[in-house]
Amino acid sequence: MDQAASDAEATKHVVTTATSQAHTRRLNGLVKHSILIFFCLLAIVPTFIIVVNSFKTRDAIFSEPYRLPTRETFSLKGYQTVQERSDFAVYYRNSAIVTLTSLLLILLFGAMISFALAEYRFPGNTLLMLLLLAGIIVPIRLGSVSILRLMVSFQLVNTLVALILVYTAQGLPLAVFVLTQFFRQVPRDLKDSARIDGASEYRVFWLVLPLVTPAIATVAALTMIPIWNDIWFPLILAPGEATRTVTMGAQQFLGQFANDWNAVLASLSMSAVPILALYFIFSRQLLRGLTSGALK
Amino acid sequence: MTKPVILLKTMLFVLLIAAIAACAPVAQPAAPAATQAPAATQTPAPTQAPAATEAAATAPAAGEKTSLIIESWRQDDLAVWQDKILPAFMASHPNIEVKFQPVANTEYSTSLATKLEAGTAGDLIMVEPFDYRLKMYQDGDLAKLNDLPGLENFSKLALSAWSTDDGSETYGVPLAAVLHGFIYNKDIFEELGLTPPATEAEFLALLEKVKADGKYTPLAMGTADSFVPGLLGFQLIGPNYWKGEEGRLALIDGSGKFTDPAYINTWAALEKWRPYMPEGFEGVKYGDMQNLFTLGKAAVYPAGSWEISIFNNQIGDKFKLGAFPPPVPNAGDSCYFNDHMDMGMALNAHAKNPEAAREFLAWLTTPEFAELWNNSLPGFFSLSNHKVEITDPLAQEFLSWRASCASTPRNSYQIISRGEPNTDGEINRVTTLVMNGQMTPEEAGAEVQAGLDKWYKPQ
Amino acid sequence: MARLQVRRMNRKPFPFHILVFLAPGFVIYGLFMCYPLVDSLRLGLFAQAGGVESFVGFENFVRLMSDPDWAPRFWSALGHSLIFFLINMLVQNPIALMLAALLASMGKSGGIYRTLIFAPTVLSLVITAFLWSLLLSPLWGLPKTLLTPIGMGSLARPWLGLESTALPTLALISAWQFIGVPIILYYAALIAIPNDLVEAAYVDGATGWDVFWLIKFPLILPVVGIIALMTFIFNFNAFDVIYAVKGALAGPNFATDTMMTFFYRTFFGYELQKPNPTMGAAIAGSSFAILMLGVLIYIFVWQRRAKTYEL
Repeated sequence: MDQAASDAEATKHVVTTATSQAHTRRLNGLVKHSILIFFCLLAIVPTFIIVVNSFKTRDAIFSEPYRLPTRETFSLKGYQTVQERSDFAVYYRNSAIVTLTSLLLILLFGAMISFALAEYRFPGNTLLMLLLLAGIIVPIRLGSVSILRLMVSFQLVNTLVALILVYTAQGLPLAVFVLTQFFRQVPRDLKDSARIDGASEYRVFWLVLPLVTPAIATVAALTMIPIWNDIWFPLILAPGEATRTVTMGAQQFLGQFANDWNAVLASLSMSAVPILALYFIFSRQLLRGLTSGALK
Repeated sequence: MTKPVILLKTMLFVLLIAAIAACAPVAQPAAPAATQAPAATQTPAPTQAPAATEAAATAPAAGEKTSLIIESWRQDDLAVWQDKILPAFMASHPNIEVKFQPVANTEYSTSLATKLEAGTAGDLIMVEPFDYRLKMYQDGDLAKLNDLPGLENFSKLALSAWSTDDGSETYGVPLAAVLHGFIYNKDIFEELGLTPPATEAEFLALLEKVKADGKYTPLAMGTADSFVPGLLGFQLIGPNYWKGEEGRLALIDGSGKFTDPAYINTWAALEKWRPYMPEGFEGVKYGDMQNLFTLGKAAVYPAGSWEISIFNNQIGDKFKLGAFPPPVPNAGDSCYFNDHMDMGMALNAHAKNPEAAREFLAWLTTPEFAELWNNSLPGFFSLSNHKVEITDPLAQEFLSWRASCASTPRNSYQIISRGEPNTDGEINRVTTLVMNGQMTPEEAGAEVQAGLDKWYKPQ
Repeated sequence: MARLQVRRMNRKPFPFHILVFLAPGFVIYGLFMCYPLVDSLRLGLFAQAGGVESFVGFENFVRLMSDPDWAPRFWSALGHSLIFFLINMLVQNPIALMLAALLASMGKSGGIYRTLIFAPTVLSLVITAFLWSLLLSPLWGLPKTLLTPIGMGSLARPWLGLESTALPTLALISAWQFIGVPIILYYAALIAIPNDLVEAAYVDGATGWDVFWLIKFPLILPVVGIIALMTFIFNFNAFDVIYAVKGALAGPNFATDTMMTFFYRTFFGYELQKPNPTMGAAIAGSSFAILMLGVLIYIFVWQRRAKTYEL
């Protein structure tokens, strides 16, 4: 086979594979979309069913759980009950304060620790890292009794500060793990040139901080959700009415023996929908944060 | 060295802002909630005589009120306590403010134990009967109440649920009993021409008829929640088999065993319910049972009297309700039913305001409270000897059984559940297995008895 | 020597600033995390009798693993925890990898899918538990409604109520909620692979399947390992979903009892069962040791091997 023929052969081969590839790609695309649509439905439909049923009469919830409300079955009774017996505005405020303040502290203190661990080599560096690792592994619930005793001695029981402190402690290890990786990535020259210009270490820290914002978004996303959804520490540390959080508020309708399902569904919807709405609004930033954070 | 100071200041500032933000909602609560129990009135002075210096030390001495908090697991009764019971007390005791602070029943034990340990529990503590809270008293968490005025209004049996084994020390004021029986849908019974059964055979025949008709589930019962088979099965029908107090006390003194025919027969009777329970009953939860019945889809519901107010609310006038006591094994047997001391109120041994709390506890023994309680929470029957007119017909029906049948509390609550494994938990577990068809009644009896023998040596 | 290094690096006499950076975080962490945990775990080495604590060394651990009163429940809880982890590892993670690969292959247009699939992760477990109890209820549940019309009604079983199926069902519910996390992590790793590498393989005639398994998968192996480790830590500690659906007794007949529900019942007590903090701490201590073992295996076995695949 001479050179030209073999070239032609190769070209032909490339062309045929290209067209057949186009075919399989279209087919593949169809299959891909079907699979993804299936899993999206699986993820969304259950929540949708809860929300839809919260607008129905109790009879309709159980006789036709998978129908949309009709004129006859539409009812706001659950929302009325929730409105009368609870104060979701307060719950939302409490949850928001706790979550955001904890988040702020986790990010600030976490970034400071990470910067120090990534930047300086000093005795105990590895030890501190291991200490943090232990915090990820052991569930903090184990220490509930000691935590409560501490809060009592600091007179912090039934305050949101107690929750903030615990969540901050709980969130720090993961934050440090992610952020340390990122601080290590920051080019050395940048820091050194700042230092040559006479910047203090604190200046260097603030200078470097903006460079790791994607990681900060990651940490924010990962730590926020469990704090918002926690039910254990509010129950133990701040059981009072004034410090009730959203998840606690939803839980209260799953009472002992009365199962007021209208109210249950309504309160669950009220605790889920705003969060989902916020999530959908910020999902692009959040997922981008997660993906960029995961890169390292 | 100035830079770190600045940074420290910034950090302190941030912390301060965080703290202020966190404290803010507590300082201006929606409810009149004093979050921290005022320490000023710790002096045993129930009236408005706090030392001036002390009052000045604590921030706002709002009206010199002593405030009490009730720890409870009864989330369902929150509205009744808030709207009816506590206002009545506070009207006659204007200087005491009482708040009812329930948590979910599943969290109660844990949160109570934790708060007691840390010293943050409320002054008043709602307590379950017998072995549940006796240890708390013995550990010094609950106060002795022997000298509380008004305790003479309670029977010895009622007090025994919150007393030491020899009855010499009492730590709780009996609040309420719950009674067990079957509630039925009168409309379905009329439609199918059924009458309440007196014997086990009649009961099964009745269920069979409902099943044959095919329109309704005969028995609204499921085994997904572990307390249901034990409480609404075993403890509900059992007293007729073990002859109430006779059998219960025999287990305690060791002359009775769970391998005796009385217990085997109870489990055997429960096994026969299987065909009449809803399809997939292994996955039917307590809430599903309630809904099945209150939506008019089931004929009979194994009940505790606490359901009365729930059912009244949910059913309204959609259909009528009736109740019958547990059927006896054979015609002519004398009847027994589960009449259980369910809740009491105890005093935190480290209460901040013990005098005010005692005033409240004494009030719980009065006829005024009994009247208010029985008619605000139909189905929870006060335990004092005061005569009370009960208005709810279904509650009346339940209460009438006391005249014709012998009362007995649940047989696993006193003494035989304070070891490991606890007998009550074991009964719940094996009864579930028997009803699911995974264990025979004989095996069930043998397992429970073996568990008890491990740690219990009757005197 | 280390101190010398610090000096050289920072050209300052005393690294005061390091302290400033570390102090606020570690004060909170030490006070509200380390101290309580140590204080509680310490109990595992003690026995309490009549309110008096006495040091007993590892006796509690020996009892836990061999005493007939404790051992059966301990080993069954350990087994269930491992099963719970394995189901998530073998079902959730492969599906997550597949979905991540699909998402990565479609570029920007996959955004909406990513958003939707991740959505359950933001829900509270209170909601998830109620939701799935309702959807799987034999009375009003989805399986019956969907399967009966097509004549397969008998397949609809009370999955959450049967001893044989309750644990796998709970594991899948947990997977449903949290699958978004591994998807995102896989996805991030996949889109980071340099494009020219993949293009070159296609030109060489490789199929998409080959490209994935021969090029992409080896490249993301480190991430696969991290996700496996996260799955292990997270699921071995699984508590919330079991507690929310089945309660602390983890029924039926302890079929869903894991290390954490076992710990919870023992440490805090439940219903008529009395709290036993010392044995509870021993359970937590054992579970901590097992988790540590997992982490060490990851660090010393997996990480070293995985490195060889890196380019």
